[in-house]
Amino acid sequence: MKVSADTEVCIAAGMCALNAPEVFDQHEEEGTVVLLDPEPPAELADKVRRAVQMCPSGALKLQE
Amino acid sequence: MTRTTRRPAAEAVTFPTARQRPLDPPDELGRWRREAPLLRLAYPDGHLGWLATRFATVRAVLADPRFSNRAELTHVPVGRSARELSSLRFPPGMFLRMDPPEHTRYRRLLAGQFTVRRMRLLEPRIARLAAGLLEEMAAAGPPADLVRAYALPLPSLVICELLGVPYRDHDRFQRDSATLLGLERGPEEKIAALDGLLAYLADLVRHKRDEPGDDLLSGLVATGGLTEEEMTGVACLLLVAGHETTANMIALGTFTLLQHPDRLAAVRDDPDVATTAVEELLRYLTIVHIGPTRTALEDVELAGRTIRAGETVTVSLAAANRDPEWFDRPDELDVRRPPAPHLAFGHGVHQCLGQQLARIELRIALPALLRRFPGLRLAVPPGEVPMRTDMNIYGVHRLPVTW
Ligand code: HEM
Ligand code: SF4
Repeated sequence: MKVSADTEVCIAAGMCALNAPEVFDQHEEEGTVVLLDPEPPAELADKVRRAVQMCPSGALKLQE
Repeated sequence: MTRTTRRPAAEAVTFPTARQRPLDPPDELGRWRREAPLLRLAYPDGHLGWLATRFATVRAVLADPRFSNRAELTHVPVGRSARELSSLRFPPGMFLRMDPPEHTRYRRLLAGQFTVRRMRLLEPRIARLAAGLLEEMAAAGPPADLVRAYALPLPSLVICELLGVPYRDHDRFQRDSATLLGLERGPEEKIAALDGLLAYLADLVRHKRDEPGDDLLSGLVATGGLTEEEMTGVACLLLVAGHETTANMIALGTFTLLQHPDRLAAVRDDPDVATTAVEELLRYLTIVHIGPTRTALEDVELAGRTIRAGETVTVSLAAANRDPEWFDRPDELDVRRPPAPHLAFGHGVHQCLGQQLARIELRIALPALLRRFPGLRLAVPPGEVPMRTDMNIYGVHRLPVTW
């Protein structure tokens, strides 16, 4: 599973960091998504899928 | 009803606020959602615009940059002052009523203050504030009005500490916010309340420049990116948006759970359920029950209709959050419902900035209350609880409880 994040599109809602903190964090000042792990392990797949689904801005893209 | 998709202008609907059952949105909204994705809506100022009630349509409008949130373009769908408010200009800094790129500038300045991680750091403090209020409530003895004893003070204390607004002034800003959000309030009253709030906050912002503290407003002053007027507008938006909303979720959420003892017990006893229940209560109750609105900047084709430039669409978050196309058994309160996107915080670039704070406050506030008072119950029949159908943010005016 590969995931990418577009910080230009991100509105810093934080659903990614809430649902999959192992994979996503938020920038200290701007709150925008920081991708910690662009190729998350399979056991995190559910959490990552949920994060992508819950992201309100469409900033996250998933390749399975 | 025979003509459903092509309802002539004469048949335009008006936005309903009266409810048949206090916890469900007006039945008309559900009926219209089944009939058509977009209906003509007659606004009190004479404007003929639109109403969107389906999840997909509401989301499409909120995600589309061709729809503007600028205050001076909008028509207000309900309320005694709708006509006057439709032409009101908002002070600088109220970024909720701006479009990108102006909106983006403010949002970027603030978003770092509201990240999941920052909000988590507040958890112990919020839990202590909640425990303190609950002890005071216990000491005063039953009965109590839960709104005044707990639901309103808790988020007010939290947002005051976060922003650096002295809580001792709460009577003043709570009164002004209530006037701003009251649908039956007259235009002069509302404008006076806004002016009063802005004058109070302008003083405070100046004070932060001279004597900075360890709070969000002092931090913003220090970055020097905003004028004093802009800072005042930002402070006003955060203060009003930050206490009335969560307060109503706490009180209305408690009222709801008290009518479902099995679900109440699950929220009290199981931390996992507390998390899913908060999400479900946000969806089920959708306290931002009127609008929001967006105005087309150009002609937009949507769901088979043409929305002309200048026409205002009211999107019903409450109706969309009960859309059976998106949710199984949408009218059922299922505190274990697996998390799925809902629209209680809106959608798109204006999606609630304070949502992670609100989630944490609710996740702490509801179980803490139910655990401190295991015998909590209504002190009056449910039908006698005064509902906030007359306010921009839904909820209860008072919640008499005993234990
Ligand atoms: C349960 C509680 C809350 C609910 C249901 C709620 C709901 C909403 C909704 C629906 C919007 C979008 C309005 C629109 O699109 O026109 C919004 C925006 C906003 N909310 Fe909340 N809110 C809550 C709590 C908070 C808190 C605690 C804060 C604290 C700071 C806050 C600050 C804001 C701000 C600043 C905006 C404007 C964001 C923007 O325009 O970019 N809200 N909220
Ligand atoms: S959920 Fe989406 S919009 Fe929110 S911070 Fe993550 S990437 Fe950005």
